[in-house]
Amino acid sequence: MNQETNYARKDSRMMMKDINQKLPDFKVNSERIARRVKLNNFLKHVFSMSTLFAIIVLAVLLYRIGADSLGWLNLGFLSRNLSIFPEKAGIYGAIIGSVYLMLIVIPVTTILGVSTAIYLEEYAAKGKVQDFIKINISNLASVPSVIFGLLGLTVFGRILNLGSSILAGGLTMSLLVLPIVVVASQEAIRAVPGFLREASYAMGADKWTTVRKVVLPVALPGILTGSILAMSRAIGETAPLVVLGIPTLILKIPSTIMDDFTALPIQIYYWTLDTVLTPEYANLAAATIVVLLVVLFVMNSAAIIIRNKFQKRF
Amino acid sequence: MTNGISKNENIVYDVKGLNLWYGEDQALKDINLEIEKNKVTAIIGPSGCGKSTFIKTMNRMIENIPIVRTTGKILYHGQDIFDKSVRVEELRTKVGMVFQKPNPFPKSIFENVVYGPRIHGIKDKALLMEIAETSLKSAALWDEVKDRLNDNAYGLSGGQQQRLCIARCLAVQPDVILMDEPTSALDPIATFKIEELIDSLKKDYTISIVTHSMQQAARISDKTAFFLMGELIEFDKTSVIFSNPADKRTEDYITGRFG
Amino acid sequence: MDDKTKIRQLIQENVSKKKNTTDKIMPRFFLLMAFVSVAATFGIVATLITDAAKFFSQVPISEVFSTKLAPLNANPSFGILPLITGTIMTTVIAMLVAVPIGLTAAIFLSQFASDKMRKILKPIMEVLAGIPTIVYGFFAYSFVTPMLMKIIPSLGAKNALSPGIVMGIMIIPLVASLSEDAMNSVPDIMREGALGLGSTKLEVTFKVVIPAAISGIMASIVLAVSRAIGETMIVTIASGSSKAFTLDITQSMQTMTAYIVEFTSGDAASGTTGYYSLYAVGLLLFVFTMGINLIAQHISKKYREEY
Repeated sequence: MNQETNYARKDSRMMMKDINQKLPDFKVNSERIARRVKLNNFLKHVFSMSTLFAIIVLAVLLYRIGADSLGWLNLGFLSRNLSIFPEKAGIYGAIIGSVYLMLIVIPVTTILGVSTAIYLEEYAAKGKVQDFIKINISNLASVPSVIFGLLGLTVFGRILNLGSSILAGGLTMSLLVLPIVVVASQEAIRAVPGFLREASYAMGADKWTTVRKVVLPVALPGILTGSILAMSRAIGETAPLVVLGIPTLILKIPSTIMDDFTALPIQIYYWTLDTVLTPEYANLAAATIVVLLVVLFVMNSAAIIIRNKFQKRF
Repeated sequence: MTNGISKNENIVYDVKGLNLWYGEDQALKDINLEIEKNKVTAIIGPSGCGKSTFIKTMNRMIENIPIVRTTGKILYHGQDIFDKSVRVEELRTKVGMVFQKPNPFPKSIFENVVYGPRIHGIKDKALLMEIAETSLKSAALWDEVKDRLNDNAYGLSGGQQQRLCIARCLAVQPDVILMDEPTSALDPIATFKIEELIDSLKKDYTISIVTHSMQQAARISDKTAFFLMGELIEFDKTSVIFSNPADKRTEDYITGRFG
Repeated sequence: MDDKTKIRQLIQENVSKKKNTTDKIMPRFFLLMAFVSVAATFGIVATLITDAAKFFSQVPISEVFSTKLAPLNANPSFGILPLITGTIMTTVIAMLVAVPIGLTAAIFLSQFASDKMRKILKPIMEVLAGIPTIVYGFFAYSFVTPMLMKIIPSLGAKNALSPGIVMGIMIIPLVASLSEDAMNSVPDIMREGALGLGSTKLEVTFKVVIPAAISGIMASIVLAVSRAIGETMIVTIASGSSKAFTLDITQSMQTMTAYIVEFTSGDAASGTTGYYSLYAVGLLLFVFTMGINLIAQHISKKYREEY
């Protein structure tokens, strides 16, 4: 500390000397200022270009997909089942598959995720164990999704012998998005002001009553937003399902969670792979992408609306 | 909870040799003090003197801080509140608390008031309504909110919110009300209303109030305790404390020489 | 007996009768759930290690670090280097796109853009970040590759360049938003101090804001690398499955992630060396990304500026 101040003093002394030497010919150089301002303005435009680039890419992407899907996306496409003939193919089975998948992912992740968050924030003693669990979960969030596929393949597919059924896919997907739900719920619970808990305890409420009647209702919008975002991740995720070994062509509409299935992103993947042989598959893929993007758009809008509506109430 | 130890029906709280530590730091040192029924007891002292710690010990809210350790006894109607047989939920139903910053729940005014009765098992709608009305009237808030009981509590002004918190506390009909600097976040008019309210409440309830304002203590309390650095320096009738304190340090404090 | 006494008695009776059974059960339930969540992490590690161990017991280590990858040959060889070069190539290309564009976008958004612009631009970035990777894969294969072929005639239909670029585009929002957060957390007084001395915004950005936010910016880049290494669908679709050991970005190649996808969907029989090789590659991928994430956490913790 002392040494530091000594250095600082030395530095400033040298600086003063410097300045004193230069001082006689120092005057405001308006040319130089103009140059600096020019550079500022020039680079400002360069920087705005990068942002613009991102927007242009988005526009091109949407345009391309929209154009490719034109004429292919119609009610028949949504209500028909798969077929190897492009004109007869539809994504009804894939839609049902994705819905089934969500029917597993939503309850599993909300029960597991919210409970874990409640435990970590409200019950766990603050200390090393809690830190350890926290680091674990946040690291889990950044494990590549394809590795979750391997986990699902081993644990659900082979050990539990669920194969590539909806249940196996749903559980794999649940594990994948679980960290997102946990982290979002933790943040939402942590954001509940301590004075509300205090008020409840002072009324003679026990911990569970306080959590149930005060903490969870206040944290609900945050939990909901996080969960919706997690679901939208799950609905668009492909790699884990491919690794599970979902068959290429499923003609039967699944009726139980033990059935094999296909889902929207899987269908996009298989059609894209086969565009070399059948160029129209690109149109089918594009049309399916439009459906997927619309679903995602609706989900994300819901999340944003909830977030904005309940922001900052205290 | 009456086991005959209490020699005097008029003593609600009898604090005996209370010590309290936050980890290694001792925050309360050998406190001995009695709180009388239907009286307002003010606790004053400079910040950091332990007055807030003390009041939060009386309903064991202080235990929410994990590193806290206590020795000594706090007898509530003769029963030691630290005794294993005492459940905090039960204690806190009898000993209510009002906080420094108004802390209503982000629910409707009605739901705020009936929070206590509801969690303690009262489900009857008509009874809850009756409780809400009685409590809001006692808290001098009824006339201002009776037409908008279903509005969110955060639409009220700060002073109204604090009176709502008092109403919420009254709804379970506690025996004692602890107040931790209840007016420090309020403007003078709202403060005045709360002080008036405290005066009207003391016929039904025993009140203990922490305040940083000596004027407030002088205006509303019957007895005053002066805390300094974790010790109870002096405890007497308010009139005595403010006119003829026995301890030099009390005199220095109330005459504004420090704090 | 008046109303108040009646209510008091009723409530106190209820409270003293009530047993806090749920209050005692719930924490155990939550603990169990937390345990399941944490078990998932260990599940991943355990799965990967068990089956990867079988791989390493069957394949000599000299073969693993060779350049010959031919898992389906009659006489299979499991050299992992082609996958590593493939992964490095696409990651480098992605970083060349994502870092400059992401950082300058972050500078623009946090230092130059008006509030109004920011309100429009940020959601667009969020939309870009929310698009599933399969969509980017389709985009790379059906649009970017054909477009690049017009510029580089020798470009293969499957190549490293196109998925690399598209991966970079996908990662732009990640770099931009994390760096922007870091820059925004530089206190205004530091900025105003420099502006007050007559600096232009540009000078403030490079001499005050970026040095102060450097740890957050570095962390965002490191996380972007980890994201690029783990990205699967874009490379699976657009870079093909050539297992040649090459640094030629115009030709087909394979990343670690794409190898896993190709091999599982190709119905690798359980119990073969090929099947276990999936887990070896998976373990390697896991170690890489986890290591990088720990580095990122370390950077942002160690160099966190205290304002």
